Amino acid sequence: MNEFSYLPDTEQDQKEMLDTLEIGSIDKLFSDIPAEIRLTEELSIPQAMDESTLTKKMRRLAAKNATAHNYPLFLGAGTYDHYIPSVVDHVISRSEFYTAYTPYQAEASQGELQALFEFQTMVCELTGMDAANSSLYDGFTSLGEAATLAVRATKRAKILISKAVHPQGRQVLQTVANGHDYLVQEVDLKNDITDLTLLAEQIDHETAAVIIQYPNFLGSVEDLTAIKERAATHKALLIVMANPLALALLEAPGKLGADIVVGDMQPMGLAMNFGGPHCGYFAVKKKYMRKIPGRIVGQTTDTEGKRGFVLTLQAREQHIRREKATSYMSSNQALNALASSVFMSALGKEGIKKMAQLNIEKADYMARQLENKGFSVKNKAPFFNEFVVQLNRPIKDINQYLLQKNFIGGFDMEPDYGMENTMLIAVTEQRTKAEIDDFIDVLEEMYK
Amino acid sequence: MTEYNELIFEISQPGRTAFSLPESDVPTIELTTKFPKQLIREEPTELPEVSEPQLMRHYTSLSTKNFGVDNGFYPLGSCTMKYNPKINEDVARYAGFAAIHPFQPLETVQGAFELLYELQENLQVISGMDAITLQPAAGAQGEWTGLMMMKAYHTKNGHEAVRTKVLVPDSAHGTNPASAHAAGFDVVEIPSNTNGTVDLVELKKRVGSDTAGLMLTNPNTLGIFEKDIIEIAEIVHQAGGLVYYDGANLNAILGQTTPGMMGFDIVHLNLHKSFSTPHGGGGPGSGPVGVKEFLIPYLPIPRIEKQGDQYVLNTDYPDSIGRVKGYYGNFGVNVRAYTYLRTMGPKGLRQVSQSAVLHANYLRKKLEPYYTAPYTQYSKHEFVLSGSRQKKLGVPTTAIAKRILDFGYYAPTVYFPLIVDEAIMIEPTETETKETLDAFADALIQIAREVEETPEMVLNAPYKTTVRRLDEVKAARQLIVKYEKEIE
Repeated sequence: MNEFSYLPDTEQDQKEMLDTLEIGSIDKLFSDIPAEIRLTEELSIPQAMDESTLTKKMRRLAAKNATAHNYPLFLGAGTYDHYIPSVVDHVISRSEFYTAYTPYQAEASQGELQALFEFQTMVCELTGMDAANSSLYDGFTSLGEAATLAVRATKRAKILISKAVHPQGRQVLQTVANGHDYLVQEVDLKNDITDLTLLAEQIDHETAAVIIQYPNFLGSVEDLTAIKERAATHKALLIVMANPLALALLEAPGKLGADIVVGDMQPMGLAMNFGGPHCGYFAVKKKYMRKIPGRIVGQTTDTEGKRGFVLTLQAREQHIRREKATSYMSSNQALNALASSVFMSALGKEGIKKMAQLNIEKADYMARQLENKGFSVKNKAPFFNEFVVQLNRPIKDINQYLLQKNFIGGFDMEPDYGMENTMLIAVTEQRTKAEIDDFIDVLEEMYK
Repeated sequence: MTEYNELIFEISQPGRTAFSLPESDVPTIELTTKFPKQLIREEPTELPEVSEPQLMRHYTSLSTKNFGVDNGFYPLGSCTMKYNPKINEDVARYAGFAAIHPFQPLETVQGAFELLYELQENLQVISGMDAITLQPAAGAQGEWTGLMMMKAYHTKNGHEAVRTKVLVPDSAHGTNPASAHAAGFDVVEIPSNTNGTVDLVELKKRVGSDTAGLMLTNPNTLGIFEKDIIEIAEIVHQAGGLVYYDGANLNAILGQTTPGMMGFDIVHLNLHKSFSTPHGGGGPGSGPVGVKEFLIPYLPIPRIEKQGDQYVLNTDYPDSIGRVKGYYGNFGVNVRAYTYLRTMGPKGLRQVSQSAVLHANYLRKKLEPYYTAPYTQYSKHEFVLSGSRQKKLGVPTTAIAKRILDFGYYAPTVYFPLIVDEAIMIEPTETETKETLDAFADALIQIAREVEETPEMVLNAPYKTTVRRLDEVKAARQLIVKYEKEIE
């Protein structure tokens, strides 16, 4: 019997195959590997475990982590604890979806391709854009690709990015820019939003694009119209990184002049997964449609006139353009794009608005309660489901205390923004009034 | 029963929903009191309005129009479509892995870091490297990460201005030149010799003081082991360049040798290939990168390290290339790969490469009489045939690929690598039975006969798929990339 359940060869099978090959042993097939680089000993990794033992081990490992199921979570900062309808996992657990590869043979992959075509449509609906790709790795890689597209499209070499864009997004962009050799300049904040005066000063004829987050990292909703005006004075593109859930109620960036809209679908149907896999979306105005990185699904017909779907515009991609490809990105995040499509279909036109509304109401309630108790909320602009609150001691200490009371507190704004004793708090529809009230009680306790 | 063939937007009816939300337990808010009018959305998002049963039937119907490894044999060369173990899926869904936030206090996610740290250690051993980053989201991002480190290394050593070129064999994956380009390098192609391996004479001609490095996969994309690898690495090293390993074909050498032993300095691994994590129709993947000790300072930050029995995040690497992806990479994929490694152990991994290589050679032997075999030495885990004989009879490889679908198999990779005319690249993997290999060989043999006897039969394929041959040219010319409601 074979010890390894995924490997089917019996001794008899091996013998028959070796006989066909007219060789005596499998080792012969490795004889082209020079002796001096052949492993003579087993790899020094742990020995195999049977399934039941391994399951126990993995459960123990998982149990070492505090989850949002047991600890009401007030952390957001780009990854959010939203409810995921049961149907989402049921659909993506269908192995015809998750065990498939890139749909190179469209005729055998119509399910995948149609689902991605629907995803592209939904992304266009949310963002108010003309075309979207079938996803990139995450919101930050989408951001980097958007900046690179702008540099290429405008033939300019400077990107302005608001400091109110996610710190990790800015870091990834910097790495991307180092590869392509363009300049990234940050625009400072005025209170909780991008400083438009500074933006006007920093923008020039070398600026390819201005990048804004919507709502921004501090939770506040930026005035895209005013920013578009500044960008337009120098014909720079406007790139918006938007939370897709907020777009259910906030005006679509496409309507407000965005040229490229990117972001992460994590809030819509994707588990937090400790930060990944998530799913980057990427949408553009018609003008840039043929410059989109990654994969795009297009509609066509078969030889009998029946509607069907294929990967299209592939001439941009590596397998044909090679070193002239528009992007190094080869794969996408198809299964996660499918998950968020199922999420958007499940909630639908009205449900998505309701969920966004619940987020606004819960966050607003918490902010008001905090203010009622004498805490200071720093956001001056309207915010969506996240805001910044001033406390009186290091957030690390406060979070320690909250943890003892079974809460996971918010994001410490000091390391990235130098804002001392300041916490970014996210309140999604998952948080109940009782959890919010209890959380505030614990904060108050600390002050006594 | 009539065939279901709708888009979800076409079955939508106002007033339906597949999900109910809780009532608000906090005061309601009129949006206009919180947001200025111009920030409030004017037109609602036209998302579908369907009931839960409609939704499940829609997506279940789509799933029946999709071919995955659980449906059947998926001999897609260079993509290593092995079976995706089910325990991996269960484990990745444990709340302790799926419902944790990347910014939680470190002490609340020690289990997650323990897993990542051990995965790093195991992958170090398997690749023969000294350190690993798990941040890259896919193999291609791993390539770009590796090349950014190559660039940072040369910059640090004052060579950036001169070392501008990356050497890439003409048989390489298209992602190699693309990621070299995205890292700011110029690409110099190295021709292959008649054996399908790197031509050492040509390599020596092109390598020089402007060489930043060489990218190579071994076995290469023809499924051939580059037996001169030690000399190749030496040539590049002596010229001052680094040697980069594309891990796409690692499945063939698991437990047999390591890229580290072969002389490579930087390595990426495709966890969705060799380590059995599903690729979900194109993603997610995971593309860890390993380096030799002298390149550790350039690895992306943060690095996961162990202090005593605590796992910590270290960002204090001033020479780091920075961050390449959010948080800690595709954690959920890494959980699956870790589970697989613990299931297989060293003996299992060695058996993987043995079976994968045996299967490839067996299948090739069976098919060689019917298709052109451009290279004759032993294959590793995959092999390339040419459909040039069939092309001469008027049947291109595209048609052969479509015909294969009718037999209930996915098609091999076709027209790659570019250096083989009418290429058909087959990778059976270790998880297929001999019966499957035999049946697949019979199908390809039958197709070869059809090409000779009834070529129209092949040219008009496929017949048994949910749609017939799709018009790709039309898709690109009349670009329709989203659903538009017809105005009545």
